Amino acid sequence: MSSISPRETLDRQIQNLLDDVLVMGSMVEQAVKESVDALKRRDIEDARRIYRGDQVVNEKRYDIENRCITLIATQQPMARDLRIIAAILEIITELERIGDYAKGIARINILMGDEPLVKPLIDIPRMAEIAVDMLHRSLGAFIERDAETARAIPEEDDMVDSLYNQVYRELLTYMIADPSTIDRGNYLLWVAHNLERMADRVTNICERIVFVVTGEILEMDISDDEMNTNLPPPQSGESSGQ
Amino acid sequence: MIKTKINMQAQPNTISANGDYAIETRQLNVYYGSFLAVKDANIKIERQKITAIIGPSGSGKSTILRSFNRMNELVPTARTEGEVLFGGQNIYNLEVDPVEVRRRIGMVFQKPNPFPKSIYENVAWGARINGFKGDLDALVEESLRRAALWREVNDKLNQSGLSLSGGQQQRLCIARAIAVRPEIILMDEPASALDPIATLKIEELMRDLARNYTIIVVTHNMQQAARVSDFTAFLTMDDDRAGILVEFGQTNQIFTNPREQRTEDYITGRFG
Repeated sequence: MSSISPRETLDRQIQNLLDDVLVMGSMVEQAVKESVDALKRRDIEDARRIYRGDQVVNEKRYDIENRCITLIATQQPMARDLRIIAAILEIITELERIGDYAKGIARINILMGDEPLVKPLIDIPRMAEIAVDMLHRSLGAFIERDAETARAIPEEDDMVDSLYNQVYRELLTYMIADPSTIDRGNYLLWVAHNLERMADRVTNICERIVFVVTGEILEMDISDDEMNTNLPPPQSGESSGQ
Repeated sequence: MIKTKINMQAQPNTISANGDYAIETRQLNVYYGSFLAVKDANIKIERQKITAIIGPSGSGKSTILRSFNRMNELVPTARTEGEVLFGGQNIYNLEVDPVEVRRRIGMVFQKPNPFPKSIYENVAWGARINGFKGDLDALVEESLRRAALWREVNDKLNQSGLSLSGGQQQRLCIARAIAVRPEIILMDEPASALDPIATLKIEELMRDLARNYTIIVVTHNMQQAARVSDFTAFLTMDDDRAGILVEFGQTNQIFTNPREQRTEDYITGRFG
């Protein structure tokens, strides 16, 4: 009889869970990209499809969660195995929230109906591009247990925050100049807000990756919204100096 | 350490107030003949906490446990070097009475071994021969209560200790150890011969006992060590087959984020 690794069953179950985290990550990356793209093209049908698709993301999340709990009960994972399972439970929650953000963007697209965009979308798609790329690389770092990459990714959140502030100032200017654009301007603010929150969620995921590797929780969300309270008033032409 | 008899009315933990730890070993080496079974062990056991000793077979767990109350001396070829400090004094010093050591550092074994006497006598006998002069009935009741056995046996104290179930016999042995007012209770796989429910009862009892006694338990069951202990010592066999202490720390740290790879390998079941 060939040799058996003593934790073959556990190893296989953990690997399957990791594979499914990647699948779920891929689902939400796609949802975010497509929701912003559909908004740009004002494709309502596509938005409806993306909206309905969030149900599948949620089901995936609950499936992974149930399997994690079963694994804890039946395999009694310890140390790093346990930290991986704990991290998976946190990460799928973050992914599910990101899926909700994509759903929210699709919903805004639907709510706007026939109304045109206040302005062509440039910064918002850029925010989505950065946030999706951050997520993609963070999930790669999780699979590879790469703490170094995980520590570096949150710094890119600053770019997303910076773009958000830019979008905010710009849309505010539009809305003040023409109050009939307030509704549509507000919708786009929400879209930008969702993407900014997505990047924050990726930072949380990176914290969990470092936890798996080192066993310590390291707060990496250093440039949170609360820190950036010095946004200039609408009348001022000064930059916030971010 | 003193050679005279201890006042049996004294409460536990009043005498070993010296020394920072319940037990401290310094460069402890234990030989069986020429075979070094435990090498250079330096351990500090905290008072009124539960310390678990885990490790693979042959890593010296039981040998180290028995060195804490000089039980190794019952093995003809055993020899101990280094120090085992109890109350700040080395229990292996020439003037120390080993019987007194074993009263104050009691032991419970893997296979329950009550005396072939009544339940009452099992508990009373040790106290009586140690010169106890007070209310024996009260002592027996208190010991059985502390061992979570009183309610199950109070109406049949004259029945043989051997008539009890395995789990009850083990609790009777704990009551017997408690009756002579130890400060430390050593347990060598106390639940491994018991069914799961009896095992969990022993574990709950250990948590209860730790309020008054220092508990040191050797166990093969890692989940038990994780459930029940405050501190965990991980021993393994070195290349020369001597048992060595690899890591010692708080249980929650050992089982979630051990410092040593060997510890991680063992507790995740990837050892060997």
